[in-house]
Amino acid sequence: MSATRPRYAEEAPFKIHGGCGLAGICDESGKVMSGEQIILAMAVQRDRGNGLGGGFAGYGIYPEFPDHFAFHLMYHDEHAREQTEALLAEHCVVDLAEPMPTRPVKGVCDAPLLWRYFLKPLPGEIERLELSEEDMVVRLVMTINATVDGAFVASSGKNMGVFKGVGFPEEIGHFYRLEEYEGHTWTGHNRFPTNTPGWWGGAHPFALLDWTIVHNGEISAYGINSRYLEQFGYKCTLGTDTEVAAYLFDLMLRRHGLPLELACTALAAPLWSDIDRMPPEKRELMRSLRAVYGPAMLNGPFAIILGFNGGMVALNDRIKLRPLVAARAGSIVIVASEEAAIRAVAPNPDAVWMPKAGEPTVARVQGMPWPIHGDLHLTPQQVSCAVLGTEDVCDEAVEVTA
Amino acid sequence: MPATFIQPEFRVKIDYDRCHKCGRCVQQCGWGVYDFNERPIPHDEKCRACHRCVTFCPARCITIERNPLAYRDNDNWTAGLRKAVWKQAETGGVLLTSMGNPQPYPRIFDHLLLDACQVTNPSIDPLREPMELRTYLGRKPDAVKVEPDGAGGFKLAEDGGMSRNIELATPIIFSPMSYGSVSLNVHKSLAMAAERCGILMNTGEGGLHEDLYPYQDHVIVQVASGRFGVGPEYLQRGAAIEIKIGQGAKPGIGGHLPGEKINKEVSSTRMIPQGTDAISPAPHHDIYSIEDLRQLIYALKEASGYKPVGVKIAAVHNVGAIASGIVRAGADYVYLDGFRGGTGAAPAVIRDHVGIPVEIAIAVVDQRLRDEGIRNQASIVAAGSIRSSADVAKAIALGADVVAIGTAALVALGCHVCQSCHTGSCSWGITTQKPELTRRIDPEWGAERVTNLIHAWSHELQEILGALGVNAIESLRGSRERLRSIGLDEQTCRILGVKPAGM
Repeated sequence: MSATRPRYAEEAPFKIHGGCGLAGICDESGKVMSGEQIILAMAVQRDRGNGLGGGFAGYGIYPEFPDHFAFHLMYHDEHAREQTEALLAEHCVVDLAEPMPTRPVKGVCDAPLLWRYFLKPLPGEIERLELSEEDMVVRLVMTINATVDGAFVASSGKNMGVFKGVGFPEEIGHFYRLEEYEGHTWTGHNRFPTNTPGWWGGAHPFALLDWTIVHNGEISAYGINSRYLEQFGYKCTLGTDTEVAAYLFDLMLRRHGLPLELACTALAAPLWSDIDRMPPEKRELMRSLRAVYGPAMLNGPFAIILGFNGGMVALNDRIKLRPLVAARAGSIVIVASEEAAIRAVAPNPDAVWMPKAGEPTVARVQGMPWPIHGDLHLTPQQVSCAVLGTEDVCDEAVEVTA
Repeated sequence: MPATFIQPEFRVKIDYDRCHKCGRCVQQCGWGVYDFNERPIPHDEKCRACHRCVTFCPARCITIERNPLAYRDNDNWTAGLRKAVWKQAETGGVLLTSMGNPQPYPRIFDHLLLDACQVTNPSIDPLREPMELRTYLGRKPDAVKVEPDGAGGFKLAEDGGMSRNIELATPIIFSPMSYGSVSLNVHKSLAMAAERCGILMNTGEGGLHEDLYPYQDHVIVQVASGRFGVGPEYLQRGAAIEIKIGQGAKPGIGGHLPGEKINKEVSSTRMIPQGTDAISPAPHHDIYSIEDLRQLIYALKEASGYKPVGVKIAAVHNVGAIASGIVRAGADYVYLDGFRGGTGAAPAVIRDHVGIPVEIAIAVVDQRLRDEGIRNQASIVAAGSIRSSADVAKAIALGADVVAIGTAALVALGCHVCQSCHTGSCSWGITTQKPELTRRIDPEWGAERVTNLIHAWSHELQEILGALGVNAIESLRGSRERLRSIGLDEQTCRILGVKPAGM
């Protein structure tokens, strides 16, 4: 039962509502840490969930396969596995396929079949399909999720993975043996669904390529967000609004080539009255951004953490209807729903602050690629300043780099 | 034989005990209902139940009643059908009527319910928080393109942003109603209201009177098949240009403004001789295909310095494909006029039997444009009986960018929907050119009332958005997830993209 995907369609339409807790840790120096840290941060936020969903994303965890797409799969049955593996083999070279290492944990039951694959597109496949590598992978993920009954791609990025299921996050973390992984960036999520099928794939993080999202809140604009995405070929199959956030970031950052700062601005757009007061050049930019990406605006209460190879960004809704607190301890940036989570990892952080509504909080791993337009020749520092937006945060970033 | 078999629809009753015998009813009635012989004597057969006399009677002694005359019950041969046959047997003519289709077809808006937030996502209080209704009408690019601004930030790349769009303070505009079909004072009222509300009025096909030039930034100038009043100056004055292909009340039908309405002012505005009939052919005689439309769109853009050009069509069976063609032909907006849309005059048979509901048209066109990946290339303006802010919200949730209101604006000016616009004797001074009637509307007074209506509906939209837990209209636009149907069949729900209540 646990791997049967509910469909967001006429035959079984429902939407999962809920509140949640979240946390993200990123060591900007690129030093890796074990998955235990993020489990600690999530365990103290146990009250924010109800045991119906917990999950983690880790980055830099597969150094032995840095250039392979790591597919984490959930299967309802062997038939779904066979169908999926046939699909994978059609387009990819699978260099390693193995069951996901897990251990029995009290409280975690009904696990689906969990497998992972390290794969690359078949030679010549990219040219044949006339797609980029990423577009091919996105298409493959969509095909599996939408057409293979009882199969679900939990993650599909390079050198990263998503570990999630039904249970409290600390239980899920131990189930997946996260202490055995080491990564520079981790995000975690504790779920409080008010209406859930108890489905493993419905837990956070949601992922596409190496983008992951953990989300607290409900996107009241889900209806138009999902219809907007459908226009670009994304199929929202999960019935949760978090999925749309993941796809929107992918669309804006990767396919439209928007800088991270502007993508965040479009998703939690400033008020028209603020835009009208901006200097002319910026005003024109913001007007276009809001008018063009109006259907993409994530309206409603949310705090999200977007993870990617190279760091993470945390973002609140336009009027800060959900909690989000941030801290820095040395080279480590921590964001969480509650300060308690921060202090569980770093008892005495250098600074703790409440990010403003719609203002992104960014952590960037030095030396890692950065999700901005490929044609832009900016130093990461310049981008960092642009992304952080305010002068003082910018200065702080400079200090840390030094 | 009597001159007609048709009995009066209404009875005018005067309580003579209370009557002041002041004669104001005689003076107010545009239809000539009253004679005066020591006291007002009503002729029931002329009454349109427009309530002008009732409203102005100082003694409040007039009531209008439905004629209780019984017809032998017959659900098939209704009294209305019997009367229509009698009238045609008497005249041998096409039955004319006006305003929107009044027949008891389903009203889909009344079968749609809006969502609201409870607990998991909070509602937002519009009295405390900003609630944004601003809307941009026109073509949007697929994506925004930026480049570094040299100071660590970004600016728009050349041609990377939104092209020429019209900023609307609220997603409601006025629908086209020509000078000729309505009075100049109505036009002035609407133009002034449009300016005050930060929205648009629409000339209709009757040209732009020079008194409206001060408001030209809030005026859509229409180019219809009769080309009345169209010239380079006209095109350059408008904020946008609209090609009128069809009208919801009379799809496939042209227009006819009788010569007696073409007075000096109408004549100069329409650029036709005084007293001649103004005939708008059914088709544009230079548009017999979609490629002809494309040529006209670009001709108008060239002539106007690339102003937004929209195309208005009646909602008909194949509206999805038609709208797609219009967008691909280069239109900046598609105006969908549903079968309930109003008219100043139309054959009753057309008004009552041709076209489809605007709710269906919005849903089909919005989805079709999305399926083709061109939804951003044009805005959708929806009209054809938008009766309240709830209709506005539902139309927008179905996928419209903007709604246009005609009848509602006229009702604000006093219209009582008596469906007699085509007579030219509107007692409220709206659809008439008779100076003694048109002067009943003071443009300043009219502008204030229409402005009030737009403001009221906008406030109500803000309340609806707040209950929905979103603080910008773009988060409702096309968000059919926030609608549920009640009492609609499964197929209609599927076409609307709306789930039934309970799902």
